[in-house]
Parts: sequence; structure tokens; C-alpha cells
Amino acid sequence: MEDVRRVISIIVMNESSVLSRISGLFAGRGFNIESLTVAPIPDSQKSHITIVTKGSLRVIEQITKQLHKLIPVYKVIEHEEMIEKEMVLVKFPLGDNLADIKALCEAYNGTIVNVGASMVIGMVADEPVRIKHFIEASGRYNPMEVVRGGVVAIER
Amino acid sequence: MKMSGAQMICEALIAEGVTTVFGYPGGAIMNVYDEIYKQTGFEHILNRHEQAAVHAADGYARATGEVGVAMVTSGPGFTNAVTGLATAYMDSIPLVVISGQVPLSLIGTDGFQEIDAVGISRPCTKHNFLVYDIKELPRILKEAFYIAKTGRAGPVLVDVPKDITAQIGEFNYPTTVNIESYKPTIKGNEKQIKKAVDAIVKAKKPLLYIGGGTILSNASDLVKEFASITQIPAVETLMARGVMGATNPLLLGMLGMHGNYSSNMAMSETDLVISLGARFDDRVTGKLSEFAKYAKIIHVDIDPANIGKLVSVDYPIVGDLSFVISKMIELIKDEVNPDRYHAWRDILARYNALHPLKYDDSDDVLKPQWVIEQIGKLVGEKAIITSDVGQHQMWAAQFYPFDRPRQWINSGGLGTMGFGFPAALGAKRGFPEKTVINITGDGSILMNVQELVTASEYKIPVINVILNNNFLGMVRQWQTFFYEKRYSSTDLSYQPNFKALAEACGGIGYDVATKEEFDEALLDAIAKDRVAFINVSVNRFENVLPMVPAGGALYNMMLEHKESK
Ligand SMILES: Cc1ncc(C[n+]2csc(CCOP(=O)(O)OP(=O)(O)O)c2C)c(N)n1
Repeated sequence: MEDVRRVISIIVMNESSVLSRISGLFAGRGFNIESLTVAPIPDSQKSHITIVTKGSLRVIEQITKQLHKLIPVYKVIEHEEMIEKEMVLVKFPLGDNLADIKALCEAYNGTIVNVGASMVIGMVADEPVRIKHFIEASGRYNPMEVVRGGVVAIER
Repeated sequence: MKMSGAQMICEALIAEGVTTVFGYPGGAIMNVYDEIYKQTGFEHILNRHEQAAVHAADGYARATGEVGVAMVTSGPGFTNAVTGLATAYMDSIPLVVISGQVPLSLIGTDGFQEIDAVGISRPCTKHNFLVYDIKELPRILKEAFYIAKTGRAGPVLVDVPKDITAQIGEFNYPTTVNIESYKPTIKGNEKQIKKAVDAIVKAKKPLLYIGGGTILSNASDLVKEFASITQIPAVETLMARGVMGATNPLLLGMLGMHGNYSSNMAMSETDLVISLGARFDDRVTGKLSEFAKYAKIIHVDIDPANIGKLVSVDYPIVGDLSFVISKMIELIKDEVNPDRYHAWRDILARYNALHPLKYDDSDDVLKPQWVIEQIGKLVGEKAIITSDVGQHQMWAAQFYPFDRPRQWINSGGLGTMGFGFPAALGAKRGFPEKTVINITGDGSILMNVQELVTASEYKIPVINVILNNNFLGMVRQWQTFFYEKRYSSTDLSYQPNFKALAEACGGIGYDVATKEEFDEALLDAIAKDRVAFINVSVNRFENVLPMVPAGGALYNMMLEHKESK
């Protein structure tokens, strides 16, 4: 069976060690994690975890079922029709190319978020493919540091 | 009412109807042991090792169907208990294990006897809790019992820091449980059940594939009724021995690596597998791509994750087997024509006549299979049989005439040597009036041999029949077959004096080498009502047959091995 990429949202009860239950499940059963993000859901006792994973359809089915078996997991959503976004921060050395860097960020719907004495930080939030392209394009300005945020998704 | 955390634990156990707790004290759990000393609601059995305490609770749970309870201290007490948790986890046995933990203020400091118990036990428990606040303790205890026994059952660990057991709090034991994120599916989808029934009615060669879930769901009578109405032949897994009853004409036997010929052939030729609480374990299926190759599959399981995990399923039904099979009986009663499967039953009967389960008995040396059959003749359905892991376990599963569910207790999923003796203690506590016999090997028995002392002290007279081949026999068998007889570290010729060992610990011992001696010893042990070792010298090089080599197709069985004669 061929591997497919899936974005899975997991709604969990806010309690200690719930994240380790989930990461432990992936490690113990040999499931793959490409990215993972977590944040509390406002005004609730729950958190939203987004995992991007890859596997055969049988493995993906096992992932959702095994996740669902964890006691503090309230809901598992295997996304199909979704809006998917990721954020990246890139730190560049400051030279005479600030205008070029700014133009690059803007081309990817991003912006310059900080300018220091010797560096400048650009930020882009977009679809994961576009983030990948942005990082590739940043290469020519010798980025000092690239920090990706991991994917979040919401069903349409 | 206001009370300490330690008292809360005792009160909760009593409220849950617990009558026996197996355990071992230590620093972090001492407050609870102090309350145990003062209360009269349950008895505490001091096993001589934490692993044995958990296995004993497990044996109790398997025999009675109730939740087993064990208690251990932090650090090494807990780590000793891990094998017990894992054993119960693999076989879906409901346990609540309470462990002491260092005080909250010391957690994370590498304190004395601190170990991350919830971290270590996460993959081998159904769920676990670390108690951070005494206010949470009553709810957590209630939820622990609820989670352990509902849905797909399993062990639950409650790790309690020492300061919490000393603190005073309000104790109102909850009467109901509502966990928003935990709602097991019990009923089974009616439309799916109907479709499955239609498929059964239309099949030509259907086969009941009965797993341990049938026993866990207390569905054995219903499954038997279903078989009898439809006259569909049945195979049992290692964990399901006893469901159909040894004399049931529809039962072909056990399938899998050491299954009998007709069972494995039935699975290879069936056109419809009706899987009832079984999980397609690799020791059952052999080579997956050849397993039930010509069949559609109905899979009834309480755990949705079991369905489609290893084989593609045509009729998935998630639910408690008791509910699902009742519904199936109702729907199929007036639809099914049992004669339809007549030709199929005939084929299987011919397979069975061709290669029945057999062994060559001998007058010169005791054969382990004979010993097991003889136990069956002497105590039969009256006894509860536990077992360790190895050849003796497989022979017991093959040759003992199991007649009812919960009569056969063994570690199937994890295959834990050392399980049988403490599990027998637990089973005997559950059914003091029944004869409880652990069929074991000279390797396995030593892995919890200290329980002789527990059994003597608490007068729990279980009988250990040691099928002594002076080998780690099952490993030796693989070495014979697959490693050109290089017997690397499996020769157990250096032996303790088992008779003297039993007697040194307050039990009774027998050395047996003939059939007459065996009968005498077993009857005497039953009459003496003391913990016993019956050390039976058996043929050293006997092999468990038939055998499907690991990874081979079920229909490729080794039926004979020239040199085993
Ligand atoms: C705790 C543990 N360690 C190792 C094994 C691997 N193992 C499986 S069967 C076996 C041999 C068991 O020997 P014995 O108890 O004498 O039984 P026999 O096979 O001779 O009947 C071993 C070592 C195991 N199952 N469990």
C-alpha cells in the first residue's frame, strides 16, 4: 500500500501527560509524526492537537482508532476538506538587502516582524507547500535561523 | 466524611466489593498499609514478590470475572509489578493496581525510590493516573475501577504520592462515572449485524473463530447456542479454551501454531470466518497472506482498533459480544438451514480422522501429554487449570478436556513464564472449594517459586504439576528444529531438589516417574490440602506437534518429527 499524507486533529481533555500519551502511542507503534502542534481551546477544558503524519491507509486507520482508544481523547478528526496553515520565522543577517527580504516575505503574504542592529526577522503564515517554497527562496539571503511552527488545520 | 487519603483508598476498595488485595508494602505506601491493618473489609495477602502479587490479582480476575486488585510501593516495588501489568494488558484483564509514589514535593528530583510510574506503565496499562490532589482521589479510584472493567477491559494503575495518603480530605465516593471522552460502544450496529447474518445464511463453509473475548464478555453460553442452532463448526484460540466444551461435536479444536490439523485446515478452506472476540494474533494466523484466503470475514470486537488491524474485514461489528451474538441468534433462528453446512462438516470430520491430535504413549518414560490427560481424567471439569509458558502450556491447551469458560488460565498475549503459580493462588482465592492445578515446567516454576511461602502461610493449597524435562523445552524444541540442535543455554540438568524445596517452604513435594506414582501423588496432594509440587520426570525430547513454523501458512503443518519418536 502506498503512503498518504494526513492531517489529524485530536481534541483532548486538558490533563497532565496527555501529550506524552499521544507521542508515546506514535513512538510505540511505529507511527510517523511530521509535525505536531498543541494549544488549549478557549473557554473549555480541552486542547486541540494537530498532527501531520504519513502512512498506508491501513496505518492511518490504526492511528485514528488507537488515538481514539486513549481515555482522555475526546474526538479524532481525519481532515479531508480543510484549510491548512503553517507559520515560519526566518532570521537574516542585516545587510543592504532589507528591501529584497521584505519583498520576498510579502510575496508569500508575510512581513518583516523585527529589525535589530545586525539582523532582521521575517514571518510568513501560509499553506505548508508555500512555506517550503518560501524557505527555499530565503536561502539566497543566507538565513541564520529558520523556525517552523507546525501545521494547524480546520475543516471547511 | 473527612478522612486521610490512605483511608479513602481502603474505603473505596470496600465500596467496590473487593474482598482480597494482593500486595507488598514499602515506604511510599506505608500509610495505606497502616489503614489496611485497621480495617476488616478485605483481606490482604502478602505475596513474596510484587510481580507475583499482580499475577495473583490477575488470576483472581480471570477466574471470577471481577476486577483484581494489587498494591505495591514506589520505585522497585512498582518496577517489579510491570511484568504483571503487561501480562494483564495483553490479555485484557481488569485490574486496579495501586502504587505508592514519593511525596509530590520530591517528584522529579530523583528522590529515594522515585521512578516515573505513569511514564513506564503507559504502554502496558489501559489507563493510569498520578494523583496530584486529594480532592481528586475518590473520583480517580472510582474511574479506575470503571475503566478497568468496561469496554475492552484492562489494567489501570493509580500512582499515589505519599503525602496525599497522609492528607485529610472529604470522602464522598461517587456512585456514577461520567468521563466525557470515554464511551465504549456496547450494542453493535443492527444493520451490520443483519448483513453479517445474511452472509452466514448464504455461506457454504462458515467457521466460528472463537477468541478470549468470548470469555471476557461472558458470552460462552450464547456462542454455544449460536453454534448449536446453526450447526456451524468452531475453532478456539488458546485464550478461548473451554468455551465450546471438549466433548462438543462442533468443536474442531485449537487453531494456530500448535493447533490441530482439522482446525488449521478449516481456517484455510472456510469461505466465511465468523470471528467472535478474537484478534488475529500472529501465533494464530501464521502467514497473513495465506490466512483464510478464500473467506469473507465477519469480525465482532469490543475494540474498534482490533478490526482491520491485520486483515481486511468485510463485516465489521463493534460491540460487546454478548449483545451482538444475542441479536445474531434472534435474526438467524428462522433463517438458517443447518443442513446447508453438512458437506462442510463432513470434510472437516475426514480431516480430523486423517490427522487427529495424538502422541505416542510409552511404558518406559512418562509422556507429558499423558500426564495432562490423566489430570483431566482424575479431576476433569472440577479443576481450574493455570499454566506457565512453554511446551507444557501448549500440551495443556491441546490435551486437557476443558469444559467451561474461566477454567483455563494462562498468559497468552505476553507469554509470561512465572505467571502460573501466583495466578493459581488468585484463582484459588476466588474459588476455595475447587481444585486448582498449575501445569508448569522446570524452567517456569522457578520464576515465582517464592510463592510457596505465600501459599503455605495463607493456606492456599494449589498443586503445581512440574512437567520436568530438564530443559527450557520450548526453546530447546526450536533449537532442535531450526538451529541444528545447538542447545544454547536451554539445558536445565542442574536442578534444585523440587520436593525438598516445596517442603522447606511449608508445602509438600512428590517425585514421580511412573503412571502409578503420578496417580498416587495427585490424589494424595488433593487430599492433603497443602501447597504441593509434583515433580514429574517426563521424556526429555518430546516435541509439541503439530507445528506451523513461525511465519508459515497454517496449512503447512509439521505433523511429525522423526527424531521425536
Ligand atoms: C519471562 C520469560 N522469559 C523467557 C521466555 C521465553 N521462553 C518461552 S518458553 C521457554 C521455556 C520454558 O521452559 P519450561 O518452563 O521448563 O517449560 P517447557 O517448555 O520445558 O515445558 C522460554 C525460556 C518467556 N516466555 N518468558
